Order: sequence, then C-alpha cells, then structure tokens
Amino acid sequence: MEISSFFSTRDLNAWFGKTLAVRAVNMSFAENTVSAIIGPSGCGKSTFLRCLNRLHEEVPGARVNGTVLLENKNIYSKDVDPVELRRQIGMVFQKPNPFPAFSVFDNVAVGLKLAGIRKSTILKDAVERSLRMAALWDEVKDKLNDAGTSLSGGQQQRLCIARALAVEPRVLLMDEPTSALDPISTAKIEELVSELKKAVTIIIVTHNMQQAARISDQTAFFLLGDLIEYGATSQLFTAPKDNRTERYITGRFG
Amino acid sequence: MKQKDYRIALLNTWIEKSSQRRKVINWGVYVALSLAAILALIPLISVFSFVTFRGFSALDWDFFISLPKPVGEIGGGIANALVGTAILVGFGTLIGLPWGFGIGIYLSEYGASKRASAIRFTVDLLASIPSIVIGLFVYAAVVVPMKRFSAYAGGIALGILMVPTVARSTEEILKLVPIHIREAGLALGLPRWKVILRIIFRGSLGALITGVMLSVARVSGETAPLLFTALSNRFWSHRLDQPIASLPVQIYNYAISPYDDWHRQAWGAALVLIFFVLFLNLTTRWAMKKGTK
Ligand SMILES: Nc1ncnc2c1ncn2[C@@H]1O[C@H](COP(=O)(O)OP(=O)(O)OP(=O)(O)O)[C@@H](O)[C@H]1O
Ligand SMILES: [Mg+2]
Repeated sequence: MEISSFFSTRDLNAWFGKTLAVRAVNMSFAENTVSAIIGPSGCGKSTFLRCLNRLHEEVPGARVNGTVLLENKNIYSKDVDPVELRRQIGMVFQKPNPFPAFSVFDNVAVGLKLAGIRKSTILKDAVERSLRMAALWDEVKDKLNDAGTSLSGGQQQRLCIARALAVEPRVLLMDEPTSALDPISTAKIEELVSELKKAVTIIIVTHNMQQAARISDQTAFFLLGDLIEYGATSQLFTAPKDNRTERYITGRFG
Repeated sequence: MKQKDYRIALLNTWIEKSSQRRKVINWGVYVALSLAAILALIPLISVFSFVTFRGFSALDWDFFISLPKPVGEIGGGIANALVGTAILVGFGTLIGLPWGFGIGIYLSEYGASKRASAIRFTVDLLASIPSIVIGLFVYAAVVVPMKRFSAYAGGIALGILMVPTVARSTEEILKLVPIHIREAGLALGLPRWKVILRIIFRGSLGALITGVMLSVARVSGETAPLLFTALSNRFWSHRLDQPIASLPVQIYNYAISPYDDWHRQAWGAALVLIFFVLFLNLTTRWAMKKGTK
C-alpha cells in the first residue's frame, strides 16, 4: 500500500522468549477507518495489536523487532517514550476492566487527572464528552459517583471505551471487545465503533466474522503468526485471494 | 418378583444403615473438631482472664494520666509510656512502611527475576531473626555512635521489624490484582509507578492497611528490641534523641522489680497493652469488611 499512510507496520516481528508469534507483518491503516483482524485462536492477533501501542514489550521476555510508523514517525525509535506514545494509541481489552474502587467518573477522568489536569470544569467536560461518545452518558449520568464495577458487563465495556477516549487518542485498538458480552451489548458496541471512526482510527480483533463484515472497512486474516491476506472487507469476504482465507471464512478450518 | 422385592428391601436397609453410619461419623467429627476449637481457645481465654483479673484493679483514670511515682511511693501511672509507645510505633511505621511497601511493590512487579528471589529470601530471613538481635544491631549501629539511648534508635528497631511483614503482605496483595488492570493503566499512557501507586493501591487500599495495622499491632508489644535502644524513661519526654518510655519496657521493669505496687501496675499496663492490640486488630478487620462491601 502507499507510503504516506497514517499508521503502518514494516516487517514487524514479535517474540515471546524464543517463540516468534508475529512474523514480518506489513500493514497500513488509513485514518478514520475501521480495520478488523481475524484468524484462528493463537495466530498472533492480540500480540500484533499489542505491538501497536508497545504493550507487548511489558510482558517479561517479550521482544519486538521492526518498524511501526505513526504519521511517518517510527514509534520504536529510541527517542520515543512508550508512555507518551500510549496516550495517542488507546486500547480496549477483551474483558471489561474498570479500575476497582474508582467511581464511574474517576474511571473516565483518571487518564487526564494523572496526566496533571486538575481543573474540574475541564475534567467534567471531558468525562461527559467521552461518555457520550461511548453511548453511555444517558445510562450513567445520574450515577457518576457509583463504583465503575457496579455497572453491567456491557456498560463496563463502554466505560472502558470512554476511559480510553478521554485522553483523546488518535488510534483505538480493540481486542475482542465484545467476546464477553451479550448480543444486545455487542450490537451497541458495534454501532458505536461505526460512529467512533469519525474521531479515531480503529483496529479491532474479533473472532466473529459477521462482526468483522458488519463494522470494518478493511479486514486482515492472520494464520500462525503470518499475515495471509489484507484487503477491503467486502472483497475479502466475497472473493478472497488466498485459498487459506477462503477455507477459514467458509468455516473449513480454524 | 418376590426375589426382587427382597433384594430391594435389603438394599434399602443397607442404604439406611450406611446413612446412619454416616450420620454417626459426621457427628463424631463435629464433636472432635469443636473440642479442638475449644482447646485452641483455652490459652487465649486464660491469658485474657488472668491478665484482666490481675490488672483490672490497677486501672483507674489516674493510671492513664499520671507519671510514675518515685521509687517507694505508692501510685502513679503509665501516661509517659502510652505516649512513648505511640511515638516509637509512629516513628517506626514512618520508617518501616515506605521501606516495606517499596520492597513489596518491587517483589510483586519484578518478582520473576533472580534478583527478586534473592530479595524475597533475604526478607524472609529478616522475618525470622529474633527481635532481640535486631535490637542489638541497632544498639551497635545507632546507639553506640550517637553515644546515647534514644527514641530514634527504638523507632528504627521497630521499623526494621515491620519491614518483612509489610513487604510480604504488600507483595501478596498486589499480586492478587489481575494483570489486565495494570495493562489498562499502562494503555492509558501512565507510567508504571503511577499505575501502581495511584490505581492499584487505591483498589487494594483496605487490604494494604490491614497488613500495615497487623504489623503495627505486632511491633507495639515488642520489648526486646527496645531494651537497649529506646531504653526507658520515668519522666515525660517527647524528644526523639532522648531515651523514651514504652509500655512493654515499663511492664518489664515493673515486673522484675521487688515492689508489690509495681507488680500491680505491671499487670495493669499489660491489660492496657492487650486491649490496645486487640482493638487495633478488631477495628482493622471491621474497617476491612466495610471497605470490601
Ligand atoms: N504471555 C505469553 N507467553 C508466551 N507465549 C505467549 C504468551 N501470550 C501468547 N503467547 C503465544 O503467542 C502466540 C500468539 O498468541 P496471541 O495471544 O497473540 O493469539 P491470538 O490470535 O490473540 O489468539 P486468541 O484468538 O485466542 O486470543 C500463541 O501461540 C501463544 O501461545
Ligand atoms: Mg487474543
């Protein structure tokens, strides 16, 4: 794909100790699009995603090699502080994980608060804006002081999305954000993703191929640490180029 | 048909018998365990009732608010020892707490490394060193160079005693926090230390405080490490560079004295000490229960 893309990887490899979990992946993501990553369990989807915000290197023994460009700046170059970088690349995890003993409000405000923002008007505005973006505001506006963990699973996951959005990231990584949720909560989050891409670029890992087809612009298929195929979602699901992709999406393996 | 009925009847009696047997065994085990529980309570209850019996008569308002009387005079109290114990334990906590927290955090965050296992081993060793040896060490390291017994020295000794318990309880508590909570913090663009101190700590605050309070309760009854560090003092003293009174040492001094009135006061002070420790334990547990609701 073209060089001047917004966010891209070049020959990205990721190891756990001596195991190579992601092999020489080249991908690029255009701004304000949704890209889905599919593939059988253990094929390196999460690992790849966690290389994109430099979370992979926090695992003991884990290592990354290669290049990830955010607007032509290599996020793995020596002068990039991973802590600073992660403010620009937010993440939502498989299991809803609001911070225990934090209220709904504090869960959303914490990223800004701990970055030194004290003014309560700024914090209030940011919390409301993020909760609205996460389509949660109406449900929680009267219980901002309740514990974040007191919400339902689907609400907790949207709270986590709001928490990630509050620091205004440019990219949002989502690792199977709906796999622990019921169909209604799942539908809400899918709807949300399509709405959110106006503000952030989204990369989402999913086990659910219908979900990928519904919400993404591009889809990538991973197999055993390799990127097998990456292209427009409509094309990948209707006319896959690689026969391994075809076998996977037609349910013949994996 | 007949044969079958007979068999069923036999089966039924067998079931009945075996269920009866089970009930008997159940009952027997229950009685045995209850006895064991009561046996375990005996030492606790006897210590309590005995100390109460001997010490209660010494307790009156005066006992709490007055200084020891000069040798030979009847009466006087433990006011300076109460304040002294508070100062010593407070100063000890000031030292032991950050130190123990620091080690505990290190062990929970970097616990897999070789260096961490070495530190964990050292901390466990420290926990098993008799407290009198810690006292001796502080005597040599602080009292001798300063050329005087002091509240500093006593507080340092108590602080060192707190380190292993605080460190290990902190480690265990932080390890209970699932990794995905930490990762959520890191993914927000927060440095690891902020994730631990501002997010993880807040979530585990109740448990962490419990660990600290239990450790405080334990050291506030320590006598041996104070004998040649803080020494004791029969007068008011708030100064950290002077010898200072403490409940356990006062009990010790009174108990080994030849005076009946001092023996009485030793029992009284012992009763106060027990209740203080009990109170700390109970309030912490209570606060902990409320906190986790
Ligand atoms: N902490 C770890 N230590 C060692 N190996 C790991 C670790 N986490 C994952 N792996 C290995 O790396 C490979 C890729 O794992 P990854 O979690 O990225 O897969 P995935 O595609 O996200 O799977 P799933 O769909 O089940 O989430 C797997 O073979 C896995 O066994
Ligand atoms: Mg995964």
